[in-house]
Amino acid sequence: MYVLNSILFYFFSALAIASAILMVTRRNIVHAAVFLITTLLATAGIFLQLQAEFLFIVQVILYVGGIMVLFVFVIMLVNLDVSMRLVQFNRQWFVAGALALVLGAQVLFAVWAGRASLRLPAMQVDISPKNTEAVADALFSKYMLPFEIASILLLVAMIGAVVMAKRRV
Amino acid sequence: MIPVDHYLFLSLALFTIGVIGVLTRRNVIIMLMSIELILNAVNINLMAFSRMWGSVDGQVFAIFIITDAAAEAAVGLGIILAFFRNRETVLADEMDILKW
Repeated sequence: MYVLNSILFYFFSALAIASAILMVTRRNIVHAAVFLITTLLATAGIFLQLQAEFLFIVQVILYVGGIMVLFVFVIMLVNLDVSMRLVQFNRQWFVAGALALVLGAQVLFAVWAGRASLRLPAMQVDISPKNTEAVADALFSKYMLPFEIASILLLVAMIGAVVMAKRRV
Repeated sequence: MIPVDHYLFLSLALFTIGVIGVLTRRNVIIMLMSIELILNAVNINLMAFSRMWGSVDGQVFAIFIITDAAAEAAVGLGIILAFFRNRETVLADEMDILKW
C-alpha cells in the first residue's frame, strides 16, 4: 500500500513539474496549452492520491474541460503565426528568473525549517466513500456565505467577459 | 506515509515555475496560463493540509480557488480578445497605452 502510494505520488509529481517547465519554455502556444493540461491532469492524480475524490473530478471537468478549452479557443482566435516568430522572452528575463528563484529558495528554506511539525496521518485502507458528502456539508452549512459570494463573483465575471469580448467596446 | 513537506516541495516547484513564466514571457496568454499554474500549486498545498488535519475545509477553499481561476480566465481572455482586435498583438510589452 505504501509503496504503491509513493510510486503514484512521485510519478505524478515528476510529470507535473516536467510538463510545467515545458509549458513555460515552449515557443508554440498550443504546445504550452497541452503541457499545462498535462500538469493539471497530474495534479488531479495527486488529488486522488490524497483521497479528495470530489476535487479530482472538479479538476478534470472544470479545469481541463472548461478553462483549458477556453484558452485553446482564444489561442485559435488570435494570430498564432506572427507571435511565434518573435522573441519569446522579455528583456529583463534573467533578472526576473533569478528573483523568482530567490523567492522559491526563501520559501524552500521556510518549509525546510518547519518540516519537523508536518506529519500526514496513515491512510485508512477501508476508507468510507464520504468525501463528496463531507464537502457538500461544509460548503452548504459552514461556508454558505462564501459560496454565495463566489456565485456573485461568477456572475460578475460572466458579465465582464461578455462586455469585454463584445464587438464594439 | 508520504510526509506533507513533499507535497509542499512539489507545490513550491510549480509555484516558482509559474512565477518565472509570468515574469519572463512576453506572450500574455502564456502569462495567464502561468497564473493558472500558480493557483493550481496553491490548491495542492490546501489539499495536503486538508488531508493532514483530516477535515474538508481545505477542499472547500480549493473549490473557491478553482471558481476564482475560472472567473479570472474568462475576464482575462475577454480582455486579450478585445486588445488583440484593436492592436493586433498579444505581447505584454506592447500593451503600453490606456486609450487608442
